[in-house]
Amino acid sequence: MYPVSLDVNGKTVSAEVDARTSLLDLLRETLGMPGSKKGCDHGQCGACTVIVNGVRINSCLSLAVSHDGDAVTTVEGLADGESLSPLQKAFVSHDAFQCGYCTPGQLCSATALLDEIKRGEPSVVTDGKVTLNEEEIRERMSGNLCRCGAYNNIVDAILSVAGEPA
Amino acid sequence: MKPFDYVRAGSAQEAVRAGAEGRFLGGGTNLVDLMKLEIERPDKLVDVSRLATEEIEDGDDGLLVGAGVSNSALAGHPLVRERYPLLSTALLSGATQQLRNKATVGGNFLQRTRCQYFYDVFRACNKREPGSGCDALDGINRFHAILGASEHCIAVHPSDMAVAMAALDATVETLKPDGSTRSIPARSLHRLPGDTPHIDHVLEAGELITHVVLPASPPKRQLYRKVRDRSSYAFAVVSIALALDLQDGRLANVSIALGGVAHKPWRAERAEGILEDSRPDAELFANAADAELAHAVGHGHNDFKIDLSRRLIVAALRDLSESKREIAA
Repeated sequence: MYPVSLDVNGKTVSAEVDARTSLLDLLRETLGMPGSKKGCDHGQCGACTVIVNGVRINSCLSLAVSHDGDAVTTVEGLADGESLSPLQKAFVSHDAFQCGYCTPGQLCSATALLDEIKRGEPSVVTDGKVTLNEEEIRERMSGNLCRCGAYNNIVDAILSVAGEPA
Repeated sequence: MKPFDYVRAGSAQEAVRAGAEGRFLGGGTNLVDLMKLEIERPDKLVDVSRLATEEIEDGDDGLLVGAGVSNSALAGHPLVRERYPLLSTALLSGATQQLRNKATVGGNFLQRTRCQYFYDVFRACNKREPGSGCDALDGINRFHAILGASEHCIAVHPSDMAVAMAALDATVETLKPDGSTRSIPARSLHRLPGDTPHIDHVLEAGELITHVVLPASPPKRQLYRKVRDRSSYAFAVVSIALALDLQDGRLANVSIALGGVAHKPWRAERAEGILEDSRPDAELFANAADAELAHAVGHGHNDFKIDLSRRLIVAALRDLSESKREIAA
């Protein structure tokens, strides 16, 4: 077993983990935070997306032991108490989900996406200056599948908060 | 997943000393996935993701890129976007933002094939289980190799980045367990399958990629184009990295690498030889593409790739020689 200590949604947590434990399983099984979802467990669906040290990653493909000292934000950390983030509110008001299973990953991914746009990070469809539009959102969200097919409303929800603090 | 020991290396020297009996862990996006499937079964993981190899430094010899730089950081770096746009495009054409944030430069080079028979442990695969055979030969081989394959393996290397690195004549810098270093041209890092397809590249046991060096003055016209089944998050059916200069109306410094067609990024040397110092025109482009693909072999489902590659080479040459866009000197 290996000791790990990390910051999860602003709180320092410590645990002993088997080297094989994924960051996703640490969050869900050991730390009792089931918000991040296990969809494919192979980095293909994005349901497990969390934000580590400011960037979004697939927590299913990441070993917990390798995250000692990191700062992790999960879907549980997006709201301020009972007050939802602008993006969470937009997902509600735009019907950006049906079954909801992919939603935590979609929210973490979109939250990080808005920061990437602010930092001016390009995507493959960027031509010159980085701006947020539907084409950019569809490209940048391609790592988050939604089998209910709520994509149109997800794009609308993200577009609606563009320019606002996420 | 099989149990394994984990160590976090404090330095590259420490990593190579520990690495000879294990595997290096960079971003882990491919290795951890393969370990879950028990296709990779290392006894020890040496975590090199925290080494001081995350810098990108500009110097007289070119751009020095640490092996631990993430794919997204490299793609978004101002100097890469300005001077090596084909590399930026190639990186951003691969995977998803989540994977690019985690995946490293060193790890991208060393990712394994996505051949479905390699992944399916119930099927024969000489790359996974040497001597077991190759079910891709007579199987669903739409994504497989048309150049440089053997009767033992028709898998392709899946990287976009490595294709760009091959076209840009990047150099891979390594450190060996005995402390010595070497420089390997990116185009020579990977090997053809022959009768040992389980060996993907020329690195020795415990040899660690520490840096990649991009030449200071790459060709001014650059293009990366990827043909794939979906417009995002899909491996290449065929891709091309193309770099060239136009000097007095003639093609110069022509460099072509193809992805999705071989066990390694495929430098199209025959085509380059025909194009160099010639005046660009449609007939020349067709001749160059034909010469390169003269020895291409399809395996049924992937026969279309030969024609597709020919058209992609011709279209890329046409578009880039007619383009008004050149990188700043």
